[in-house]
Amino acid sequence: MSEKIAIRDAFGAALKKLGEQNEKVVVLDADVGSSSKSIVFGKAFPERYFNVGIAELNMTAMSAGFALSGMIPFVNTFATFITTRALDPVVSLIAYDHLNVKLCGAYSGLSDSYDGASHHSLTDIACVRSLPGMTVIVVSDAVETEKAVFAATKLNGPVYLRLSRAPVPVIYPQDMDFKIGKGIVLREGSDIAILATGYMVHKALDAAKILEAKGIQARVADIHTIRPIDRKLLLESAKKCGRILTVEEHHKDGGLGSSVCEVLSETCPVPVCRMGIEDFSESGDYEQILKKAGLDSETIAAKAEMLIQPF
Amino acid sequence: MGLSEERVRELSALCLSFRRELIRILHTIQTGHPGGSLSATEIITTLYQEKMSVPSAGDPDRDRFVLSKGHAAPMLYLNLAEKGFFPKEDLATLRQAGSFLQGHPCAHKTPGVDVSSGPLGLGLSVGLGMALSGKLQKKDYTVYVLLGDGELQEGGCWEAAMAAAKYDPGNLIAIVDHNGVQLDGTNDEIMPLFDLAAKFRSFHWEVLTCNGHDIAAFSDAVDRAKTIKEKPVVIICETVKGKGISFMEGKNTWHGKPISDEDYQLAMEQLGGTADE
Repeated sequence: MSEKIAIRDAFGAALKKLGEQNEKVVVLDADVGSSSKSIVFGKAFPERYFNVGIAELNMTAMSAGFALSGMIPFVNTFATFITTRALDPVVSLIAYDHLNVKLCGAYSGLSDSYDGASHHSLTDIACVRSLPGMTVIVVSDAVETEKAVFAATKLNGPVYLRLSRAPVPVIYPQDMDFKIGKGIVLREGSDIAILATGYMVHKALDAAKILEAKGIQARVADIHTIRPIDRKLLLESAKKCGRILTVEEHHKDGGLGSSVCEVLSETCPVPVCRMGIEDFSESGDYEQILKKAGLDSETIAAKAEMLIQPF
Repeated sequence: MGLSEERVRELSALCLSFRRELIRILHTIQTGHPGGSLSATEIITTLYQEKMSVPSAGDPDRDRFVLSKGHAAPMLYLNLAEKGFFPKEDLATLRQAGSFLQGHPCAHKTPGVDVSSGPLGLGLSVGLGMALSGKLQKKDYTVYVLLGDGELQEGGCWEAAMAAAKYDPGNLIAIVDHNGVQLDGTNDEIMPLFDLAAKFRSFHWEVLTCNGHDIAAFSDAVDRAKTIKEKPVVIICETVKGKGISFMEGKNTWHGKPISDEDYQLAMEQLGGTADE
């Protein structure tokens, strides 16, 4: 886990590879193709690439037309704009008619750090996971990004793919087994289960090392699919560890932590501590503002340690 | 070649029967939008019964129809039933729990509905996506998008208008049901559209105009639109909201209002039908 690859670069390359294999794939972008890296597909397949300008609503409604006519559209803009500016067609067309559209949220969480709160996305998971029939995937490294792009294409229905601007350490080997809806246990332990998603997965692994030095064995899992969530893994973690810590680069309410609580409160109630972002953030260095929000490996480890204390 | 006088008479008779059926159903269920269906009767009927090729619901090569002004759903359903996509008896279940005929068009419930609609301002974008798909797949279908005039107050329509001019798929025809009236009042009172034709022209569209209740004129306009490939085409149809029923004509209050027994009697007399038909 040393080499770093930016999720967006992995995404652009994956789209191009997909385009080579599947003629039905079309890609739309709203003038952020050089940022989202959808431009990599656009250069290879200009006739199947539609940069519609700064018009997210039109782009997303257009994608519904493509899907209704047998194509597989990938819609690209910043994550926050998909669930703010373009939410109407996401709800009334894509979710309602269960269309085969892949919504790709670039620069999610705080990853577009210097642009400030207007370009961060804190509520996108909460928005999309409340939509009937929507699959929600959050990727945590370059390898998983490519796997998720291909898996989303195979699934006939709407998918929200949460991406990132950030360079991330590579966690997975190329032959990793990625299945939508099936979380991945990255480390075994029985004192506490740390369930993380996206950019927080490698932070959780780092936190587990800090805990190990203190004699605490943490189970760490990558919950890459927020919906449908891996109920089996959640239940197993609750039974095995008795305490759960969730970590996500999203508002504390409405994302992974809420999903975990919803499942466990009905099946195996155990103490769950949710770590996430509590308020709108600010411009600044990515790692610095993450740390300010409490999303660094030291704070994760400290929370875990607190959680395993007897009540 | 224009429509024969005989064909125009047949389609006029069909439109009259659709108006009667519409009023009968909306009176029975005491919910729904009579005004916008009545202004679009000739447009939708001429498209489905004369201009569009739809051999079966869902045929991949069929012409597509996007009812962007989704509240005119009953007139779409009357035409789909006439095409034989579902039994005419089912029309009476409109808006009722358990029915496949929703208050606004639903593509996954109703055979023949090409896309769901309801929230205004999305249909032109959807139609553009459909048209571009046809072009990429080398199919020769045409996509028709019916827009309301009040709907054009939605900014998304103009995002789509810009994109259609850029991509100009050559198989997209927009139609505006320009009845001048919306839910709360006239267009001019609520949000004036001013020179609509000039607006479209400035977005690099070709603009045709016609009387939207004149079947022969509308049919000719569609034929002409299909020959224009260098720009996207919009047909602005001058229409009357509530057309055919004197006390509904031009009245925003009839956008969506239950029809009383008294009004029902009067409406049916004006449509040359009987109330207990």
